[in-house]
Amino acid sequence: MPVITAENLSKKFVIAHESRERYTALRDVMARGVKKIFSFPGSLWSGSTSRATKEEFWALKDLNFEINQGDRVGIIGRNGAGKSTLLKILSRITPPTEGKVTIKGRVASLLEVGTGFHPELTGRENIFLNGAILGMSRAEIRKKFDEIVAFAEVEKFLDTPVKRYSSGMYVRLAFSVAAHLEPEILIVDEVLAVGDAQFQKKCLGKMEDVSKNEGRTVLFVSHQFESLRAFCNTGVLLANGILASQSSLEECIEVYQRSTNVQRNCTYTNDDGLFFKKMILKEDQIQIGNSITIKIAHSLKYNPNNLIIAVNIKNEFGETITQILNVDNKVNSISKPGEFNIEIQNLNFIPGIYNIALWVGFDMINEIEKIDNVLQFEVSNQNFSDRHTPFSKSLKTFHKSKWESF
Amino acid sequence: MRTDEITITPDSVERHYWMDLWRYRELFYILSWRDLKVRYKQTVLGLAWSVLRPVLTTLVFYIVFNNIAKLESPGAAPYILLVFAGMVPWQFFGNALSEASNSLVGNSNLISKVYFPRMIIPASSVITSLVDLLISLVILVILFIYFQYLPDLKVLLLPVFILMAFIAAFGTGLYLTALNVKYRDFRYIIPFIIQFGLYITPVGYSSAVIPDQYRLWYSLNPMVGVIDGFRWCLLDEPFYRDGFLISLAICLFFLWIGIRHFRRTEKSFADVI
Repeated sequence: MPVITAENLSKKFVIAHESRERYTALRDVMARGVKKIFSFPGSLWSGSTSRATKEEFWALKDLNFEINQGDRVGIIGRNGAGKSTLLKILSRITPPTEGKVTIKGRVASLLEVGTGFHPELTGRENIFLNGAILGMSRAEIRKKFDEIVAFAEVEKFLDTPVKRYSSGMYVRLAFSVAAHLEPEILIVDEVLAVGDAQFQKKCLGKMEDVSKNEGRTVLFVSHQFESLRAFCNTGVLLANGILASQSSLEECIEVYQRSTNVQRNCTYTNDDGLFFKKMILKEDQIQIGNSITIKIAHSLKYNPNNLIIAVNIKNEFGETITQILNVDNKVNSISKPGEFNIEIQNLNFIPGIYNIALWVGFDMINEIEKIDNVLQFEVSNQNFSDRHTPFSKSLKTFHKSKWESF
Repeated sequence: MRTDEITITPDSVERHYWMDLWRYRELFYILSWRDLKVRYKQTVLGLAWSVLRPVLTTLVFYIVFNNIAKLESPGAAPYILLVFAGMVPWQFFGNALSEASNSLVGNSNLISKVYFPRMIIPASSVITSLVDLLISLVILVILFIYFQYLPDLKVLLLPVFILMAFIAAFGTGLYLTALNVKYRDFRYIIPFIIQFGLYITPVGYSSAVIPDQYRLWYSLNPMVGVIDGFRWCLLDEPFYRDGFLISLAICLFFLWIGIRHFRRTEKSFADVI
């Protein structure tokens, strides 16, 4: 019996290019209005001000799927594929632009651990607050209160404000409230990525118990295939807002991994960019321990001396493995206008596909521009090590070693 | 177990609006409780703060207007009671308005992570200010005892005017908080509105001093009706009916326009906040 049915589900975002801030200031709107009044209709200027303002972007496009009762669905896809948007629509946080979803049963969504936790309130008070926010009634919380506290192992600190909690305790308490939710449908975003491994396992176990024994439906987004495999039985794969596959979890993971291998970009043009215009990666496949060179064409005309440029390298699970800054190399200003090269050396990563994200700003705080997943490269293990089995996915780096008198 | 079916469509929020608000009443209680609790926990003076503010402001008004500018109370009540009876609803309005207008932005983490009818948030912050109002009413009783002033039975009508103040603050607050999500510089305008409002509202003087031909226009300020009402039932000041009706109408109009604007924009809150 399907408990969730989505028909032609689409969500559109309108991106305003003018404002770099996430919100608009009335000041700007008024200034724009004044500009519009004073520009002559039909002149060169009037057209260009309004043209550059908006661009439509479909985060989800025509999604059709059914989810049956008792399914434990793993939702996978790259960053920006629309996973979070889908969860937000299903949790009713944001409405779809088109289409419709029918949901049978009470939905609880866990998009963040400890939503609404207030640092000034005590552990006891926060359990009630967080429980209510997640959709539990007071009677329900009271009934499960002891269980929640015991599960989180915070009995001694119940009447201490949570601002004095260690981060581990905080996360445990937050998880524990969430793990005791008993809706018919539970939606979980990548929240389990925080917290220590053992407690994560305990939570997954608890949620699994609930879903297996009582036929609850769970939707679970994660980049960690291990926990998906341990928990889910079916999968949904999203790619650029489109449903790429809905089948068994293994099949989805396989399709996903195949697709990430094909899409390897060595050049990226960003014509509308404020700073980054064009990026070229000189090599798309390297051996473990080798270096890559990124050539960046930029639009900066003058030469500020507090410019920070950051290169983040992420693995295929979206985890940032390393960050390289210009100041690491004691370079504070760009010597040649127009373009520069960055050579990143000794990439001791385990074999896999890596993504590069770029950031530029002043003093690490004032962001000018950020672009994600611009370039990809592969680290390969040809003739490097004689391993016969692939590297474990939980490994991050690989180092050359000498084995003397072995 | 009862299974309820929900359909999510682009305009589904609109249809179950009031029912949803009722369904989430428990969250409303708990958020109001949180606001109150946090409010009194974080400040050194705690409860004393909500006592000190109206008392000190009233004293300043008393000294400036009564002792220096020689303004007198037109009725039998002492001037200080006149000011305090106006200060209580005015401070409620001012607090409620500023708390409500910042409430959505202040709770942005909730809005982007959980679904609930968004109106709960500004409503619970207005409720928090209502508690301050109740505390100030206790001070008013103390003042009455001190001046040995006994209000007549009309005092039983006071809740009506409190409700009217609530409507005025809630309606305007809804409108401003929705604007504040989109245009963050509204937060600079609100303190200005409140400061300016203190002078065009009869807090430090009786509205009887307004010349008759302007009085109807003067009542376009909804708080004029509220404060006149407070003084009418507490201090037996003359009741100006036409002005009151205009204030009431404006109050209800603000509530209507506030709710309308809030409902129109709330769908996109999670996307823009």
